[in-house]
Amino acid sequence: MSNVRQLRQLTWTRVLTFTREPEAIFWVFLFPVVLALVLSIAFKNRGIESVPVGVVNGDPAGRWVEALGGAGGLEPVVFATRAAAEQKLRSGAIAALIEGDDPLRIRYDPTRPEAETARLRVNDAVQRAAGRTDPVAVDTDVVTEHGARYIDFLIPGILGMNLMGTGIWGTGFALVDMRQKKLLKRLLVTPMKKTNFLMAQMFSRFMFLVGEVGLITLFGVWILGVPFRGSFVLFSVLCALGAFCFAGLGLLLASRAETLEGVSGLMNFAMMPMWLLSGVFFSYEHFPKVFHPLIRLLPLTALNDGLRAIMLEGKGITQLGPEFAVVAAWTGLCFFVALRVFRWQ
Amino acid sequence: MSTPNSIPLSARSLVKRYGNLVAVDGIDLAVPRSTCLALLGPNGAGKTTTIEMLEGLLRPDGGEIQVLGRSWEREGAAIRERIGVQLQETRLPDKLTVLEILRLFRSFYGEGQNPESVMKRVGLSEKARTRTMHLSGGQRQRLALGCALVSRPEILFLDEPTTGLDPQARRRVWEIVEEFKKDGGTVLLTTHYMDEAERLADDLVIIDHGKVISRGSPSAVIAALGAESIVSFTVGEGSQDIDYAGLPGVLAVRDGQGRVELSVTETHHTLPALLDLLKSRDRSLSDLHTHRPTLEDVFVSLTGRHLRDE
Repeated sequence: MSNVRQLRQLTWTRVLTFTREPEAIFWVFLFPVVLALVLSIAFKNRGIESVPVGVVNGDPAGRWVEALGGAGGLEPVVFATRAAAEQKLRSGAIAALIEGDDPLRIRYDPTRPEAETARLRVNDAVQRAAGRTDPVAVDTDVVTEHGARYIDFLIPGILGMNLMGTGIWGTGFALVDMRQKKLLKRLLVTPMKKTNFLMAQMFSRFMFLVGEVGLITLFGVWILGVPFRGSFVLFSVLCALGAFCFAGLGLLLASRAETLEGVSGLMNFAMMPMWLLSGVFFSYEHFPKVFHPLIRLLPLTALNDGLRAIMLEGKGITQLGPEFAVVAAWTGLCFFVALRVFRWQ
Repeated sequence: MSTPNSIPLSARSLVKRYGNLVAVDGIDLAVPRSTCLALLGPNGAGKTTTIEMLEGLLRPDGGEIQVLGRSWEREGAAIRERIGVQLQETRLPDKLTVLEILRLFRSFYGEGQNPESVMKRVGLSEKARTRTMHLSGGQRQRLALGCALVSRPEILFLDEPTTGLDPQARRRVWEIVEEFKKDGGTVLLTTHYMDEAERLADDLVIIDHGKVISRGSPSAVIAALGAESIVSFTVGEGSQDIDYAGLPGVLAVRDGQGRVELSVTETHHTLPALLDLLKSRDRSLSDLHTHRPTLEDVFVSLTGRHLRDE
């Protein structure tokens, strides 16, 4: 019985300490919502965007300006001098520069994402204006289905990132602070069970989970129209497991550090690769295929993949075995290594 | 050797080394039940190292420790249930209230007293809902004592419990310790305040450079100095040194920065002779005091340094 009371007291005091830090409340609850809002504005689905294409005044290519303007998706810009046009091409203000008549020369930098679009559209507009008839009729239909938009990708990613950040920061800083204040040393001369203490650090994260996950999810679903197709229970279980996992990782990162600077460095070292690789803001499909199995072994990748699969695709537990296994394995590993190497004084 | 019933805490030839430095060099001690033993010494003497070995925080490099008839290696958990500790530098969580902290510490122990009565005992009942960040230094120290007492321990370890506190706050801490002792508790205390040691301790162990340089009850330690009083004074500038040791009844002379201290056995013989001597040498005398020897004088006579010197 005293064991349960001990764990309950340790968890409860940890929760109280946290809720009495106003800054912490901001970072855990409000920051992710603000981030999602800003990103949803920046990446909201727009109609077909016009690509600016330059022509130098007096150049023979000038006779296509009208055709380009009328074609849709292109915005002809006429420059007084060749130097001015080239300067804009270099800075990316125009996607392409056209010169000459026949052959028409399209100058562009193919590494810019909109340049290839410009080349194709210019070619298409010029050929049609010159009388090309297309042998096959093509109809287009713009898809804006919920679940396939960038914001739909983003919300589970932000949720995962937030679970990682608050878990690692919250646990790591608190432990190093207690070590610096010699509080851990003080606990060492009591009969307190060390596993209870470390478990309380992880359990206390549960208390914030409801607010943290709920706020971001509701914001995504209600305000941004992100679909929620899977089981809510399964989703909650995965969030809880994720929170546990990152609290455990925080525990491990803070298990030896003696200064806040030291632990900050370690935490950034651990989190940076996952911010970049684990599919928070963009899919890890962008990285070479050989790295994918390794990337999927990162806890945040597994968490993000799992959350997306449940929210967006409605997958069930039977289809998410690997994701749950990876997160659970990290949780156990971190906790037991931390318990072994933890420095109390 | 010691039986746990009469001697709850004892140590034999304790040694602790840090590289080449021998921090504790063969210390023996025994604390009988319901008494207080003070480890007295200047900063860096090895007091904290010694008490932390006794608390089970540091593993000795040599020697034996018995706490309540048990040894740390085999029965650490059982010992921890029955001791209370106040460490020198612990900062309790700023954002938690007095009652929350006491409840937390209470939860660590199988048996103990309820947090409310501990709070009353250390005089913090009115501060129950105050966060520690808003407590004064003295109140914090009493809360630290409360955390140590909440298990109803048999032995209380206090590492410099009143350092940095004002006189009134120090007295309140002493009263709590005295009450604990009156109820049958055993206390091990480190301090570099002689008044604290004289007030609380039944026995003293004076240590310097990790070694015991004197031990006994405060009155016995002072009596061992053999001096009836300490005569101290300042002498004006002069061309030659004066030999005070030749004066009648002088046991020892310390001459530091113009201030002279004599340990004397017969003040009524020494003083007139001293005045005659200074008159004959045409040296001025100022700020003449005599007092009964204190532990400070014992320490100075043993080491040539003051307790609070760095």
